[in-house]
Amino acid sequence: MKKGILINIAKALLLARWRQTLVAATGVTFSIAMFITLLSFMSGLNDLLDGLILNRTPHVKLYNDIKPNVNQPVNNIAAFKDKHNFISSVKSDAARIALYNSGAIMKNLAIDNRVLGFTPRLTAQIFFNNGSTEITGALNGIDPIKEAKLFHFNEYVTSGDAINLNNESNTIILGKGLAEKLTASIGTIVQISTSTGERFQLKVIGIFQSGLKDFDDVQSYTSIKTVQKVLIKPNDYITAIDVKLKDITLAPALAKEYAKVYELDAEDIQTANSQFETGSFIRTLISYAVGITLLVVAGFGIYNILNMMIFEKMDSIAILKATGFSGTDVKSIFIYIAVSIGIFGGLVGLLFGLIISSIIDQIPFVTAALPTIKTYPINYNPNFYIIGIIFSLITTYFAGWFPARKASKIDPVIIIRGK
Amino acid sequence: MNQTILEAKHINKYFEDPVRIKVLSDINFSINKGDFVSLTGKSGCGKSTLLYVLSTMDTAYEGEVFIDQALMPKSNESFLAKIRNEKIGFVFQFHYLLNEFNVLENVMLPGQKLAKYSKEEIEHRAYEKLKILDIEKLAFKKANQISGGEKQRVAIARALINDPHIIMGDEPTGNLDKKNSDKVFDIFTKLVSELNQTLLIVTHDESFAERTNRIIKMEDGKIIS
Repeated sequence: MKKGILINIAKALLLARWRQTLVAATGVTFSIAMFITLLSFMSGLNDLLDGLILNRTPHVKLYNDIKPNVNQPVNNIAAFKDKHNFISSVKSDAARIALYNSGAIMKNLAIDNRVLGFTPRLTAQIFFNNGSTEITGALNGIDPIKEAKLFHFNEYVTSGDAINLNNESNTIILGKGLAEKLTASIGTIVQISTSTGERFQLKVIGIFQSGLKDFDDVQSYTSIKTVQKVLIKPNDYITAIDVKLKDITLAPALAKEYAKVYELDAEDIQTANSQFETGSFIRTLISYAVGITLLVVAGFGIYNILNMMIFEKMDSIAILKATGFSGTDVKSIFIYIAVSIGIFGGLVGLLFGLIISSIIDQIPFVTAALPTIKTYPINYNPNFYIIGIIFSLITTYFAGWFPARKASKIDPVIIIRGK
Repeated sequence: MNQTILEAKHINKYFEDPVRIKVLSDINFSINKGDFVSLTGKSGCGKSTLLYVLSTMDTAYEGEVFIDQALMPKSNESFLAKIRNEKIGFVFQFHYLLNEFNVLENVMLPGQKLAKYSKEEIEHRAYEKLKILDIEKLAFKKANQISGGEKQRVAIARALINDPHIIMGDEPTGNLDKKNSDKVFDIFTKLVSELNQTLLIVTHDESFAERTNRIIKMEDGKIIS
């Protein structure tokens, strides 16, 4: 009952000055709408840029690195075991780069419930023979179905269908830059030669474009079987396993674990691409900073208008206090006013934010580097909307709190006597 | 059956700014139920100051104020607000109606704050008060659409809404012409005779004061008669 009357008074004061109220609410609406738009757009861009690398990068990569053996024979001799031995001119050993026991590793990964999925890979350095010129390239043996599922491989294949790598033998998908150098298109037969001199003819069934030119200029994809054939290796011969995890933050720990258990090298995504995380963090920080600044400015607008309202309604406040409304009641009235401006302006702001972001989402954005992107990216994360409305409530509450406190301290005697 | 409604004991008050001046000195008096008291004196004699002390709105004083035989504290703001709401009705020189509300709502406001009755009941009671003052036909007009005399009567209705122990008035007729101030005076006498309402009215209008049952005269912060 008591709350009801305070809300009634707040409502009456609000409506009596509806133009001012509208201006205040518009300020909040504007800042919330910009906050939502900015965050949606920025985080859409972030996701896009991160996706450019991170989507295609395994969370943990298992492979055998080429490096000098840490267990040099001298360390195994009892007499020198505890000493510090200096060995010069140590060469990397000729251990095979294939993974030992890859079948068992993959079986284990398949039942590891921290792992979302994995795909085996086999990479060979080859030459593309184009008339009399040789172009260096890399031939990646992949499983196109798993690659598509885990690393969005099919999204980057701009013409042709990646699945056909499985259906047709001796086929290849070329990077766009590479295809241009070879003047190859779908259906063209390209000739490759390996470092050992073997020659093969592969049919182009697709072109892919990753957006990274250096990458597109040298990479090509085919099935694992084809690479094994080219290298004349058995069918368990693979050089890497790309693992995608359910929780990316576990990557460094799991990389260590796998390296120890399987006795191979494991590289986690955080180590391989630390700069991307920093970049997205900074961009997010900037968008939040700008958004919150806008809100604070809107908060000052509300503060001003409430201050003016209190100045105008001094008499009303005095009589309310004389007839038994306490300072707390008066304070509540003005806080109700501020917060209802916040709620109303905030909700409309969310709506406008959604509208503006969906308009941006429709604006064409075509760039050669990003073949899958047709319009500006927008991230419709509901968290932004929740944060937006919470921030608008907090800022309007504080914007109302100071004038409300002032109003609650008004001494009715001075005003009534002053007349 | 002379029940004491309001009692002042040894009230002293000083104004500190710009220099310490004694404005009220050793005020002692009491008002019984049904009294129609006027507080008169020249401008600056401290009569309004005394009224605000008695009304609990001003708490910077020395001495004791009893309302309905209960000692008024000097610091509990929300308790004093409740006392004003429940036990004191105010009529000021200026009407102080809220222009955002209509007449009936203005009268209802203190009642809704007290929340002793349901909203419908308060509305009914407010309408009854307007009837007593003969202005029930104005009930649904906005407060800024009625005349000055009418506004003052609405303010009296508002003062009556919670059936206060005492109505305090600070120059309630000060802004009104002869005709309207006579009307207000008639209303006051009617309240005293018919409802046994207690009234304490500050005025410098001699003719007004002469017609009340009791006159307290002040000079230089002291009661002289």
